[in-house]
Amino acid sequence: MIIKRITGWPRWEWRSPFEELELMRRQMDQLVEGLRGGLAREGTAGVLPLMNVTEDADHYYVRAELPGIKTDELDISVTGTSLSLAGERTIPAEDATARYHRREREAGTFNRVISLPTQIDPAKVEARSSDGILTVVLPKAEEAKPKKIAIKTS
Amino acid sequence: MAASKTKDLQIKEKQEVAAAAEQTRPEPTFVPAVDIFETDRQITLLADMPGVTAKDLNIDLRDNVLTLSGAVDAPEGKDEMDVLREYRTGRYYRQFTLSEMIDQSKIEAQLKDGVLRLTLPKVEPAAPRKIAVKAG
Repeated sequence: MIIKRITGWPRWEWRSPFEELELMRRQMDQLVEGLRGGLAREGTAGVLPLMNVTEDADHYYVRAELPGIKTDELDISVTGTSLSLAGERTIPAEDATARYHRREREAGTFNRVISLPTQIDPAKVEARSSDGILTVVLPKAEEAKPKKIAIKTS
Repeated sequence: MAASKTKDLQIKEKQEVAAAAEQTRPEPTFVPAVDIFETDRQITLLADMPGVTAKDLNIDLRDNVLTLSGAVDAPEGKDEMDVLREYRTGRYYRQFTLSEMIDQSKIEAQLKDGVLRLTLPKVEPAAPRKIAVKAG
């Protein structure tokens, strides 16, 4: 075993420097991913609102946290494979004599388009909002649904 | 080009905080964004707490410390699988120390579309009273 360690190191065979870099990059990615608690950040486009997308066999569910935004201030539109969500958050003006101690809540407009992995049925899309969370339910198109294939026995 | 009246909403991720005591349920704790303003009669607090229902929200004021805490149940169904996950859900927790004397009996809280509006009226100062001196 000692002999193997001695002869195995240092290794003189030539390795591509890019290969080494690629390995390092992958290890860094894993490290960062671990620090973030496994949250996939790759999908973030840097625009509001942040969205979570989940799926089951027949539907996609898109959820976004939009506190204080009324449903009539939202503009949701769908095409075959994409969902667009636009709107404006307004914070109503308070008493003119009010002195602000903290002002952390922000107002402004937002617009976001996400594309979905498969075709959806735009006619059957439903959206609902409760407690500041918007949920859009997008049924998958018939051809995109998983099909069970029965095996015939001869 | 005319200046746009409204600015674009900037991306703002939920701020996570380490809870004071260890949780029995392993879920993250977030700090809700708040607006606090004061008038002569009251202090008003607005907090963004999406996903919190009125029964899961606790507001507590004792010894001038105001505590807001709210639990959020995961909105996802059991059979749903993640496709894209950009934010996490968990409980909300934030504490404030109030310097003004608050009239505890008149505190009002309203929760609408995930925004809490808490009105904390100040204790009314004693009305000045003039004491007439009677000549004996």
